[in-house]
Amino acid sequence: MSTVLQPFISLGNWVWGVLATVMVWVFGQELAPAVLYAIKILLLIVCIVVPLMVAVAYLTLWERKLIGWMQIRIGPNRVTFFGIPWLGGLAQPIADGLKLLVKEIIVPAGANKFLFVLAPIMAIMPAMAAWAVVPFSPEMILADIDAGLLYLMAITSFGVYGIIIAGWASNSKYAFLGALRSAAQMVSYELAMGFALVCVLMAAQSLNLGEIVRMQQGGWGPLNWFWIPLFPIFLVYLISGVAETNRAPFDVAEGESEIVAGFHVEYSGMAFAIFFLAEYANMILISALTSIMFLGGWLSPLPAVFAGAAGLPWLAADSFGWLLVKMFVVVSLFLWFRATFPRYRYDQIMRLGWKVFLPLTIGYIVVLGAWMQTPLWIWWK
Amino acid sequence: MSFQEIVFYFFSAVLVLAALGVITARNPVHAALLLVLAFFTSAAIWMQLQAEFLAITLVLVYVGAVMVLFLFVVMMLDINLARLREGFWSYLPLGGVIALLLVAEMWVTLEYLSGFARTPGPPPLPPGYSNTKELGRLIYTDYVYPFEIAAVILLVAIVSAIALTLRRRKRSKYVDPARQVSVRREDRVRLVQMPAERQD
Repeated sequence: MSTVLQPFISLGNWVWGVLATVMVWVFGQELAPAVLYAIKILLLIVCIVVPLMVAVAYLTLWERKLIGWMQIRIGPNRVTFFGIPWLGGLAQPIADGLKLLVKEIIVPAGANKFLFVLAPIMAIMPAMAAWAVVPFSPEMILADIDAGLLYLMAITSFGVYGIIIAGWASNSKYAFLGALRSAAQMVSYELAMGFALVCVLMAAQSLNLGEIVRMQQGGWGPLNWFWIPLFPIFLVYLISGVAETNRAPFDVAEGESEIVAGFHVEYSGMAFAIFFLAEYANMILISALTSIMFLGGWLSPLPAVFAGAAGLPWLAADSFGWLLVKMFVVVSLFLWFRATFPRYRYDQIMRLGWKVFLPLTIGYIVVLGAWMQTPLWIWWK
Repeated sequence: MSFQEIVFYFFSAVLVLAALGVITARNPVHAALLLVLAFFTSAAIWMQLQAEFLAITLVLVYVGAVMVLFLFVVMMLDINLARLREGFWSYLPLGGVIALLLVAEMWVTLEYLSGFARTPGPPPLPPGYSNTKELGRLIYTDYVYPFEIAAVILLVAIVSAIALTLRRRKRSKYVDPARQVSVRREDRVRLVQMPAERQD
């Protein structure tokens, strides 16, 4: 493997060396390391964002296919690469993307043009910035900061701005109603989500996401993961995650059948597509966080004994692949919810957030604190 | 100029411009959004002072919660700009005096603290030092009583705000969701057995 990659690695090193010399020449000896560091971080960001965008594109296809199968339909099966029939449907996201790219962006009369353009940017920014602290594997992490969980809470709380600015700047009743609904909903569920995260950090004794995964390591495989001691919190987090991303059955912000499409009714073309990208990137983010905090992140679910007996030691190895598998399962749950449940009534959404989840999570913090003082807590490291 | 200084001056410039924008913007929604920008940039400056917990909490609490609700209210107001500017000249003397007083107080404090000398940056922290842990330890040990008292005062404020604004409409129709959920088919639908009738 490494022999195959060797030429590429040395080519990369050579390019980096040339770049370093150029930077020293341009910025001087003192500033060059900082500029080089910034370039390196930018390259790493590209390495995260590009696969993320591809994942978003294919998540839309997977959603349509999965819901299609659940409803005994076929789903998209026409658009293919190079006319190869058995790839039917695989090029659908690319066709959709191209279509949205060439469509005209219409700014409604009386709209606040600056804010109208700013809104999709504000929507996609937190959906991408949050990935900075997500550990993909023990070594693959952009910013291994101590307050990772706190950073995530702060950044994801930005998401609501995109929606309310879009609703207000569109100068449209439906858009504004959708924005108000979703702002109230997101603020409500953020509280339950925050308290759920408090439970996680109590169990893990750390705000660092990598540390949270390491606390779930142990010989028992899935039984060591936090979904067992924090089971109610796991459910609360997952459901709040669905509500935070405004997905069905909590999609009153869009509410196609009541307020046409909610906050983004006035958006067309790529501006609309960016809201779409943000929603799906947020879904993938929530599934990544659920996998990391409750389902052991990159840890293998198979204890080494079983995998060794089957002669497949790589199954017991902890790797990025396992995180991908877990994320895929959780994100498919999101789609399954959409295919199964009808939309919540608005007052019931509020009731669920404030009167059920909030007391439940606060109560569980007390229970968890008491439990952790007893010898019955077996998740200490 | 080192890289850190460039970053600091950049954020400071943005902060000052955003704060100026808050008080000069005509549109209240723009003003609220500029305030968000000001909070965010001051959080970035705190981050440079290695106070990452406070910086992130500032963003989480003020940007993520307080300003959202603020914007929520401001967006629904129908503000008449002409009426808002009516009393400008009569309020100016009082406002000006208060502003001057504030500037003087800040001046005196800064003069007293450092005499406007360049304050050195924070000393480098030992590895493994956690801002969050340190603050938590202080709040829950040395300062536990002030902390609890502040919490109770906030709770009183919440309760009183709700008590002041809670008005129950006399004829409001409320359905208990628990009863709604527990409804069975037999409560609502009655199946009637009827002999088939001939159609001719």
